[in-house]
Amino acid sequence: MSDTETESETDSLGPNVRQTAAELATGDRTETLLQTDGLVKQFGGFTATDDVDFSVDEGELRCLIGPNGAGKSTLLNLITGTYEASDGSIYYNGHDITDLDPHQRVSRGISMKFQVPSVYGDLSVRENVRLPVQQFADGEERRRLVAEAIEAAGLTGYEDVAAAQLSHGQQQQLEIGMAAALEPDLLLLDEPVAGLDVAEREAIAERIMRLNEEQGIAFIVIEHDTDFVASIAEEVTVLHNGEVFREGPIEEIESDPEVQRIYLGGES
Amino acid sequence: MVNGINLALQFLDSFAFIVLAAAGLAIIFGIMGVINLAHGEFILIGAYTTTLAATQLGLPLVVAMVVGGVVTGVFGIITERVIISGAWPNWVSQRTLGRDVIEPLYDRLADSMVATFGLSLILTQGARIRFGNSIDQISTPFGAISYGSFSYSTYRIVLAGVSIGLLVATYYLFTRTDFGMRARATIQDKETAQAMGVNTDRMYMLTFGIGSALAGLTGALFAPVISMQPTLGDQFLVEAFVAVVVGGPSVVLGTALSGGVLGAILAVFSNLYGTFIGRIALLVAALIALRFLPEGITGFIEQVQKRRQESE
Repeated sequence: MSDTETESETDSLGPNVRQTAAELATGDRTETLLQTDGLVKQFGGFTATDDVDFSVDEGELRCLIGPNGAGKSTLLNLITGTYEASDGSIYYNGHDITDLDPHQRVSRGISMKFQVPSVYGDLSVRENVRLPVQQFADGEERRRLVAEAIEAAGLTGYEDVAAAQLSHGQQQQLEIGMAAALEPDLLLLDEPVAGLDVAEREAIAERIMRLNEEQGIAFIVIEHDTDFVASIAEEVTVLHNGEVFREGPIEEIESDPEVQRIYLGGES
Repeated sequence: MVNGINLALQFLDSFAFIVLAAAGLAIIFGIMGVINLAHGEFILIGAYTTTLAATQLGLPLVVAMVVGGVVTGVFGIITERVIISGAWPNWVSQRTLGRDVIEPLYDRLADSMVATFGLSLILTQGARIRFGNSIDQISTPFGAISYGSFSYSTYRIVLAGVSIGLLVATYYLFTRTDFGMRARATIQDKETAQAMGVNTDRMYMLTFGIGSALAGLTGALFAPVISMQPTLGDQFLVEAFVAVVVGGPSVVLGTALSGGVLGAILAVFSNLYGTFIGRIALLVAALIALRFLPEGITGFIEQVQKRRQESE
């Protein structure tokens, strides 16, 4: 947020409706979709995220990288409400959502795909996709949306197959399809290509780009594979020891010696 | 011929008793991982409410039974909010102490047993203090059917029909409705269900309410044929737990199959050697089943299906 921001430009709803004077003058405004403010999560004596200030604009595609234990998954789980914040606030679309339950955040437009494929193995592909769609659609619209989501996931022909019978890559696609079927404004993906081969990674990357460009969905993607990050990311945030360590374009991040030292293998 | 009819009626009676005794318990245990030792007292609430609604308020029996089921369901929801999830006490403590004071009892078998055992003692003694050692019973409706030198209560046959109807309705609810889809999703993976927009907190509350209402309906249905005393729930408890354990993880199919198998054993041995031996045979059958089918009947079926799929 710019220093030129004035108090009058900040309404009571939260920081994401703030605009800079320059933005107001030019009408070239970019809404901040999500903003965390001093977010802290402690597990007993261990601090997983420490005073994290982090923001994502509408339609942005941001990757989150960092070594194991940096607090990446914890941050996503705080945003979805799976974890309760020990301190700090989360603002989404102008509203403080820190105390909302997970399903209430979903209804506001935040959706997530977990690190481990979390499809329902006993349910068919159609039933898996129907679960999110039935939250907001009935009858013919529901059938149409389910069919579209299955097609987008590349699972046409597998509608009645139990999700447990799908390959790992298909399960990842199905779970992204389930999350996208909620028609979110912000989609959080925790390691969406872990364990996938090159072709499957490319398919997932293409899917993310398409959802971002065609539907305007903003993304926060956790990923260790820097090639994959470089193929999709506009902006990258590096977390280290539960804090935001660096933020910027992927080229800058990759060439930053401090980032290389802590994460990219440059440290001897 | 007559003995065959006796045996068939005895089987229907045992099947209905086991299925109705177990249905509510199976839902609460299977879906929420809560062992409700107050299950018998939930049946007591249904039976007492039905009896008092019919005798004191003069309601028709069917209406009184519905009232019995609804009152028990509401009591179940209150129990879930206060004791099982702790949502209401925590709402207060968050605003006064700034923190939760009760950890939910979901999937905490031993803790849920202790808490609900305490509740069962309170309810039994509460009923004794409020209503004494017994209350007036309502008469059994529908009369009896006669065959040969025997006669049999028509109401007992109605109970068998109702038990099958309840199984079908429960199956439909949990497999063919949006609610059922959400409930099954919540059972399998709560976090993913939340990520899909399911209000899992409400699912637990409603599921406990439905399980409690079924227990209350069991009490309501048996109110005309059992003695109305504060310990009436005890006579359902053994069959209910045995049926749930033998049935295995699939709530509806498990209850139906264990009701069929255990009902047949109970009927045959009771018919041949009397009720006492019949109940012993039931417990021996449960021990044998658990020795060879530790995951219950439906757990065994699932394992066979899984092996078959893997071999394909």
